[in-house]
Amino acid sequence: MELTGAQALIKSLEAQGVEVLFGLPGGAILPVYDPIIDSSIRHVLVRHEQGAGHAAEGYAQVTGRAGVAMVTSGPGATNVVTPLADAMMDSIPLVVITGQVASAAIGTDAFQEVDTTGITMGVTKHNYLVTSADDIADVVAEAFHLATTGRPGPVLIDFPKDVANARTAWREPRPVDLPGYAPPGAPDEEAVQAAAALIAAARRPVIYAGGGILKANATEALRRFVDLTGIPVVTTLMGRGAFPESDPRWLGMPGMHGSYTAVTAMQQADLLVALGTRFDDRVTGRVDAFAPRAKVIHVDIDRAELGKVRRPDVPIAADCCAAIDALCEALGPLGLAAERLGEWIATLAAWRERFPLTYDRSDSGQPAVPGTVKPQFVLEELRRLTPPETVLVSGVGQHQMWAAQFWRFEEPRSWVNSGGLGTMGFAVPAALGAKVGRPDKMVWAVDGDGCFQMTAQELVTATAERIPVKVAILNNAYLGMVRQWQHMFYEERYSEVYLSPDLPDYVRWAEAMGCVAFRVSAPEEVEPTIEKANEIDDRPVVVDFRIDSMEQVYPMVPAGASNDDIVVHPSQAGLPR
Amino acid sequence: MSLLANSTGAEAGSVRPRHHMVALVVENKAGVLARIAGLFSRRGFNIFSLAVAPTEDPRFSRVSIVVDVESAPLQQILDQLDKLVNVVHISELHPDAAHEAELLLITVSAPEPTRAALEAAIAQHGARVLEATERAVTALLAGDPAALDSFEEAMRPHGIVELQRTGRIALRKLGAAGDAP
Repeated sequence: MELTGAQALIKSLEAQGVEVLFGLPGGAILPVYDPIIDSSIRHVLVRHEQGAGHAAEGYAQVTGRAGVAMVTSGPGATNVVTPLADAMMDSIPLVVITGQVASAAIGTDAFQEVDTTGITMGVTKHNYLVTSADDIADVVAEAFHLATTGRPGPVLIDFPKDVANARTAWREPRPVDLPGYAPPGAPDEEAVQAAAALIAAARRPVIYAGGGILKANATEALRRFVDLTGIPVVTTLMGRGAFPESDPRWLGMPGMHGSYTAVTAMQQADLLVALGTRFDDRVTGRVDAFAPRAKVIHVDIDRAELGKVRRPDVPIAADCCAAIDALCEALGPLGLAAERLGEWIATLAAWRERFPLTYDRSDSGQPAVPGTVKPQFVLEELRRLTPPETVLVSGVGQHQMWAAQFWRFEEPRSWVNSGGLGTMGFAVPAALGAKVGRPDKMVWAVDGDGCFQMTAQELVTATAERIPVKVAILNNAYLGMVRQWQHMFYEERYSEVYLSPDLPDYVRWAEAMGCVAFRVSAPEEVEPTIEKANEIDDRPVVVDFRIDSMEQVYPMVPAGASNDDIVVHPSQAGLPR
Repeated sequence: MSLLANSTGAEAGSVRPRHHMVALVVENKAGVLARIAGLFSRRGFNIFSLAVAPTEDPRFSRVSIVVDVESAPLQQILDQLDKLVNVVHISELHPDAAHEAELLLITVSAPEPTRAALEAAIAQHGARVLEATERAVTALLAGDPAALDSFEEAMRPHGIVELQRTGRIALRKLGAAGDAP
């Protein structure tokens, strides 16, 4: 069967089981858009290429499958660089296809030409420039293999227009043969024994679980490991949902805005069992003061993470699921007595009692500032009023940290956010992608007013494509996290952070994009408005929550400080630690 | 960005304890050198020298990199290189376990009063004269990098007009332990 390169590409995507493409056409990718008309693949037409990339990320995060985006050359490609970098940081499987000018024009500064593979080299797991239509089937198969195995990540395929128009005899891809690519599988037996010995001997251990648990589908394994060892768990921003948060052994989220108990448990620990996590600076604070008395067992499928930041006592390069199973097998016969951790568990319980996450409730959420509500109250109500399996998506900033603090995740893949890169504007397009991936679940985006203004146009996409996402804007009229830093570290000299609560008018803007929109400016409006929003299932909903702009995110470990110097909520400041 | 952006190439001598020879076998594909250089640049690793050429098998090239481990632990450099999909094999070659060689081309000014001394020095180091004019001599020396260093030092007082070294290349000694690429 003879096909054009463009047809071969679409056929290859179909063969990979791709259900949906997020994209926006343009000159160089034009030939590939023709066979889309005849394809079973759904194409979601975004309004900006960055939206295509983040939507593909949201889709990937909730489904565990590769998200696919397709854009044109030049500005199309550069607009997708941010999502690529975001996916690289957060290990999200993406396959991004970019159009490219015809091979003969490459290097001539042709219209809409950029060196896409050169630009994206540092923000992709791997990238390809397709030079022959005969290679398409193999390149696509390799790209999906690379994106989804080992440490997942984004893979880019740059596709010149002449290759798309060339004719090729269709054939099935060859079995993937990448001599330089072999992610680790089973853990080293000796290392597992050494780790088991450390676990058995520990008296103040903490499991430090990251996004790798979710990527490895190891949540059940983690539960068994905790049941067997009784060791309490912290889950990182990227690892939320890896362990059910109603479980009393969950200590909270560690890090700059983590809970006092999670942060301090790691500082006081004699053993950290780090599973699929990378000792990010937002978790460790000052590295040389981080968990100073702890021995470290570090499991990661990316060998380069073992010792990159903190030298582990026992490094285990392996798939998290396989490693946890092996640890359970090694520990089972030891018959660990629960009493060994009795004193530690009691200490943790006391901290949790004394330093819960808190805010100035001022009588059931009644704020000090008229016409506003407390953001934490909004999140508590949203959690209470939505189904337990709701997917929560967030942007980046104060609202993201409040969402992480005041939501409780019981299931894997129910939390989607931009962790490593901290990409403002992530929430709206990612929520759209998440809803496409899991149409059976309610999807709420919690966004900031600053973030919302960056990518709100994708709500037009959501309306046009009938993707009923819900967006809660926590509107404090500020770039709130920057304002918080200026408040704390720049003597309240607020430089270029004021945005205005009603410019734009978020309700009218949302309505103009085809959404149903509400405004909430008093605590008693919170519940009925969320109820109304939850009932709408045929179009997107936007709620403009006017929140108290004076509200800060606590606790906080100041940048560059030791985690021992965690700043708690003012109401807890005098309490003995 | 310079490949040698953070290196200390201006200092004398190319053989230093904090230098390690890393030998890579890479797929002979477009952009592979850019991937390696880009990795060193964005991770802040230092390259002291780099040599690359095809092997006996046209599908692969061999890259010899002298890395400066002051910038990052050697293991971290090796682990990050290993993540490049086109890098097929990596080994660190200890000087005791490897044959190392380098090539040097040098043009030195050769005025009459010091010419005899210069020619004697060239001969003494086993270098070969490629061209000689009334004003200058161009010579070639291949061999052990330390021998090249000492030759370079011997030439310096005469006035080096131009100098080009290839960077070190290496192969594991036949009797040495370790995995063959």
